[in-house]
Amino acid sequence: MTQKIAVAAEHTVKSFGQGKASVRALDDVSLEIQSGEFFTLLGPSGCGKTTLLRLIAGFEAPTSGRILLDGADVTELPPNRRPVNTVFQSYALFPHLTVAENVGFALKMQGRKKPEVDDTVARMLALVKMETFATRKTAQLSGGQQQRVALARALAPQPKVLLLDEPLSALDLKLRKEMQVELKRLQKETGITFVFVTHDQEEALTMSDRIGVMSAGKLQQVATPREIYTAPVNRFVASFIGETNFLPVTPTQGGARLGCGAVVAAAGEGPVLTIRPEQITVTPVDAVGAIPATVDAQVYFGTDTHCHLRLSDGERVTARIPSPAMGETGVGIGQRVGLVFAPHAARLIRE
Amino acid sequence: MAERGFSVSKLPAFRPVALGVFLALYLPIFTLVVYSFNAGNSIAVWDGFSLKWYLSAWENDAVKTATLRSLYIATFASLIATTAATMAALGTTRRKAFKGQTFIYVMINQPLMVPEIVTAVALLIFFAQIKVFTGYQGLGYLILAHAAFCIPFAYLPIRARLEGMDLSLETAAADLYASPWQTFRYVTLPILAPGIAAGAMLAFVISLDDVVITEFVKSGGQDTLPTYMLGQMRRAITPEVNAISTALLVLTVVLLTCFFLLTRKRNQ
Repeated sequence: MTQKIAVAAEHTVKSFGQGKASVRALDDVSLEIQSGEFFTLLGPSGCGKTTLLRLIAGFEAPTSGRILLDGADVTELPPNRRPVNTVFQSYALFPHLTVAENVGFALKMQGRKKPEVDDTVARMLALVKMETFATRKTAQLSGGQQQRVALARALAPQPKVLLLDEPLSALDLKLRKEMQVELKRLQKETGITFVFVTHDQEEALTMSDRIGVMSAGKLQQVATPREIYTAPVNRFVASFIGETNFLPVTPTQGGARLGCGAVVAAAGEGPVLTIRPEQITVTPVDAVGAIPATVDAQVYFGTDTHCHLRLSDGERVTARIPSPAMGETGVGIGQRVGLVFAPHAARLIRE
Repeated sequence: MAERGFSVSKLPAFRPVALGVFLALYLPIFTLVVYSFNAGNSIAVWDGFSLKWYLSAWENDAVKTATLRSLYIATFASLIATTAATMAALGTTRRKAFKGQTFIYVMINQPLMVPEIVTAVALLIFFAQIKVFTGYQGLGYLILAHAAFCIPFAYLPIRARLEGMDLSLETAAADLYASPWQTFRYVTLPILAPGIAAGAMLAFVISLDDVVITEFVKSGGQDTLPTYMLGQMRRAITPEVNAISTALLVLTVVLLTCFFLLTRKRNQ
């Protein structure tokens, strides 16, 4: 079964400013988001992820390219005529209205009858567990509560797509974790396509069905969280999500030759080998197939210890050793050790 | 406060200067209010407490007519000024910065800078020509003249409120299916309302209080309260003038208190 495409961007370009001072916030981005998907746009600030979101919502018009919703071209439609709602980073709740009036705002604008509005508002407030706050003014709510109201308000008109612009960034860590679970639940219950924008890689990995990693106005990679983490396509994706090691290599048949002469098996293609620190095992220097290295430093992190190592050609590598229940890792600074890469863990990538 | 920091209150003679300024500002008003309760006919010699000048002012038909005329003019002038000021404030804040923006600000605030007497003479000549042309002699001229110089007073609090408003609220309204008109009607206008009310009140007070322009623009028999009082001063001055002034003062203070409360709410 082919899935329906809820949102599509076709060769979207967005430039700000004119002439020489113009900046390309989006540089020929094409993207398809499936119906019912939890899709995350992930990238550092200024990478263009919010611009893309604003183009989908209709707050900005693309310089060139098209935006499609459910297959229909909406590029020229103003935001009030797109079946898309947004949860804003600042929540943007109306301060002069009560919680219930905020949630019912869109329905009222659509000219729905009062009983229908009241009914939907009650259901939405129940959905986000804010029933008892219906008559409050929004200024009297905490950040987490405002967040829930903003969600209910955006979900009330049952949009085809819900856009979320870093909605959790203003919350403290504990609340953020709660809301992550909450958002995932809401998405499952409503079946609405979520497009979530964040710069937080952990948020992206834990919540998304698929992630689009952005940098410098371009989509770098679109894939599932697992694929993004285990098989990044380039140096930016590999380093932005999680920690990793980069080693310059010469590709060989089915693998690559390191600068120190060792040959390792690696999938992918490109002049750089990447390996996650937790996929490296530190062994005695004479272990079979081990790459010799010297311990430079060790940093204790609680759950594990980061072991900074140097290969014989001077390249630096970090390995993550699980901290034993008692005592230290058993390797000392200056010690000669061997490194073994876990099978399938090493990847060749583009710059 | 940092101990070594500069503090105005530690300058020599801070207290006497502050006290002097305070007295210069409020002693005359205080005296005016006190002598409005004088039992005698003098505004300078105390002759015992009485409310008779309030009664006399209340029963003075000329005062009554002038007061009603003042309120009438102020109501319409502030209404026109506030409407124009609201549109001007929206026009100058709800768009990208444009060339000549500063010039527009200056144009709107012109009455604050041009000497009132110049405006008064200009209006006198201008309206005289219209009067000859149309034959209309009514209060319209005064209302228009007042509306014109009240616009900047109404404009400033409205613009301040608009500039303090979170623009994402309007974006959110559009996102929630509100048309541009609905966005204005259900989001911008309600949030702006305290600013508009504050602007209207300020315009009302300014109109109520005007002498120079009114004196030049009014036709015969169109005295407002301030010009009536000015006319009285040329004859015998009785504490009746004090009583009227005090009443006007109370009204102004009430309105300005409302203005203060309305604009303060924004910062909460």
